[in-house]
Amino acid sequence: MSEHTVLLDVQHLQTYFPIKGGVVHKTVGHVHAVEDVSFQIREQETFGLVGESGCGKSTTGRTILRLIEPTGGKIFFDGQDLCQLDREAMRQKRRDMQLVFQDPYSSLNPRMTVRRLLEEPLQTHFTLTQKEMNEQVLWIAHAVGLSPEQLERYPHQFSGGQRQRVSIARALITKPRFVVADEPVSALDVSIQAQILNLLFSLQEELKLSYLFISHDLNVVRHISNRIGVMYLGRIMEQGNTESVYRNPLHPYTRALLSAIPKLDPLEEKHRIQLEGDVPSPANPPKGCPFHDRCSKCMEICKQSVPEEKELEPGHRVSCHLYD
Amino acid sequence: MEHLLEIRNLSIELPQGKRQPPVKLVEGVDLDIDKKQNFGIVGESGCGKSITCSSIMGLLSYPLTLGKGSSIRFQQENGNEVEITSLPSSELRKIRGKEISMIFQEPMTALDPTSTIVAQIEETLRFHTSLTKAEMHDAALAMLKKVNIPRPDQILLDYPHHLSGGMLQRVMIAIALINNPRLLIADEPTTALDVTIQAQILDLMNELRESFDTSVIMITHDLGVIAETCEKVAVFYAGQVVEQASVEEIFHATAHPYTAGLLKSVTSLGGAEKKLYTIQGTVPTAGHFGSGCRFADRCDHCTSRCREAAPALTEIAPGHLCRCWLHAPEKEAAQ
Repeated sequence: MSEHTVLLDVQHLQTYFPIKGGVVHKTVGHVHAVEDVSFQIREQETFGLVGESGCGKSTTGRTILRLIEPTGGKIFFDGQDLCQLDREAMRQKRRDMQLVFQDPYSSLNPRMTVRRLLEEPLQTHFTLTQKEMNEQVLWIAHAVGLSPEQLERYPHQFSGGQRQRVSIARALITKPRFVVADEPVSALDVSIQAQILNLLFSLQEELKLSYLFISHDLNVVRHISNRIGVMYLGRIMEQGNTESVYRNPLHPYTRALLSAIPKLDPLEEKHRIQLEGDVPSPANPPKGCPFHDRCSKCMEICKQSVPEEKELEPGHRVSCHLYD
Repeated sequence: MEHLLEIRNLSIELPQGKRQPPVKLVEGVDLDIDKKQNFGIVGESGCGKSITCSSIMGLLSYPLTLGKGSSIRFQQENGNEVEITSLPSSELRKIRGKEISMIFQEPMTALDPTSTIVAQIEETLRFHTSLTKAEMHDAALAMLKKVNIPRPDQILLDYPHHLSGGMLQRVMIAIALINNPRLLIADEPTTALDVTIQAQILDLMNELRESFDTSVIMITHDLGVIAETCEKVAVFYAGQVVEQASVEEIFHATAHPYTAGLLKSVTSLGGAEKKLYTIQGTVPTAGHFGSGCRFADRCDHCTSRCREAAPALTEIAPGHLCRCWLHAPEKEAAQ
């Protein structure tokens, strides 16, 4: 896939949320949700973003679509700096960049039929006649595996997996080039998860999509992504081709994360790297490497300075002082 | 009674008013839990695994009722056998939290946000023991140390919102184990937690089970958690046990097509094949099962016999039960 051109280029993205306090509601500090995130997504590629809760992966996805305004950094989409666009231009740009949410139970308006839910993005982004709109709706419904009769039903009449199909249809009906999928299968049962992942695959091929796939499930990310980035406390600790990261994890955090996945074989011997303690609060991140207070290989320099990102193999980059 | 807990012919019904028969959410479940056993119950959402375990605690919520002929027998510490289904609520309260206790899925909502950790641990002690205030405090402190909570004396005075999810789950485990129960029911104890925290909690539970001599029923949808913690496993599908065996046999001598499908859809993740294996269709709704096998519509091996009659749970190898015509003994005899 490497011959494809870069579609999305995120450079040193930073998103802070103010913490308000005191009587006059002054800003007393910031939650450093995204500290320094850089990555690229090529056309028709899936980039997986993994990490534990609170690491900033969802905020990264939303900041890229400018649903949350970035504090710093640049986002280039198709060569254009998104941060320079005004409100209206950005709204039009979202035709090409869409979002699939995690929870198909709360992200669909319960008072709209599926047809209305699917027409809404078309009305927002295009001026179409009713007939054209109808064609579009039928096309996308077919593509995601919904029958025409189901279009007249309401979200509560569907199971979780089918609702997620509606969510995906809603995101794809404007024929975007780039989709942020924020934990799209986390709320679903295993057997339904596989159906939705297969659907995302076939749609990617059919519509030539690029995905930013956000998930905490390491097995799912491994399966769907061409390249992955491992996030911890607002930074990407390691990124590279999926197989090279999973086969040869370089960062101590990636190693611990991969070893924590429960093995599916009761007879297999376990070599688990146990992490001590919890993730530090992003409101008060530790000095130096964000992972140093849980790292078994922590050195003096880790407490002092944030490691630079280094490319150890082609495309496989890691931020760790072990490789200085 | 040789087992710690014997469930026989358990059914759980949802009444549909006077004119219609009740919908059976769980039907004909037989389970035996041995002393010091780690028993896993695995299944997808809505298969009846959680309500089965609520009924062990006598905690079925309105309007669910136990069906006729359901029996749950529990062996108490003093050797008495009790029939939980017919126990008055005053007697049930003496068992709950003392001999059988439970850990819930979401520690954030299962703890009381308005009282401190120490108050919530002591509550369980006060109800079941006659310790003094100072003794209860010491017991709570000792228990927090056992579940590896750092700075336990400070944490005791904290409120639940001060703690992270992993910490709260440790507190939940501390509360559940403080009266040294004979049976611990863990309902998806790590589903709400991150994988590194999940690994910590699973290791902790394995350690504690050995030091406390407690039997554990682990309810989960995650086959990986089952593989790492359990000795014996029951697979639930649409309110029935479809397969029951030792954990090695479930993973290496899988008999039922549903278990095989579940395993296949998980193990194909990350494999070379980009297209994932899927179990086609969805779980049938309770009350619309028909007369045949409940998995027939989704099964790759479905025959006309599967649609006509429901197979019974039969022993296909010592200790290995399976509910499928593929493994039915009559079929072998016929061939």
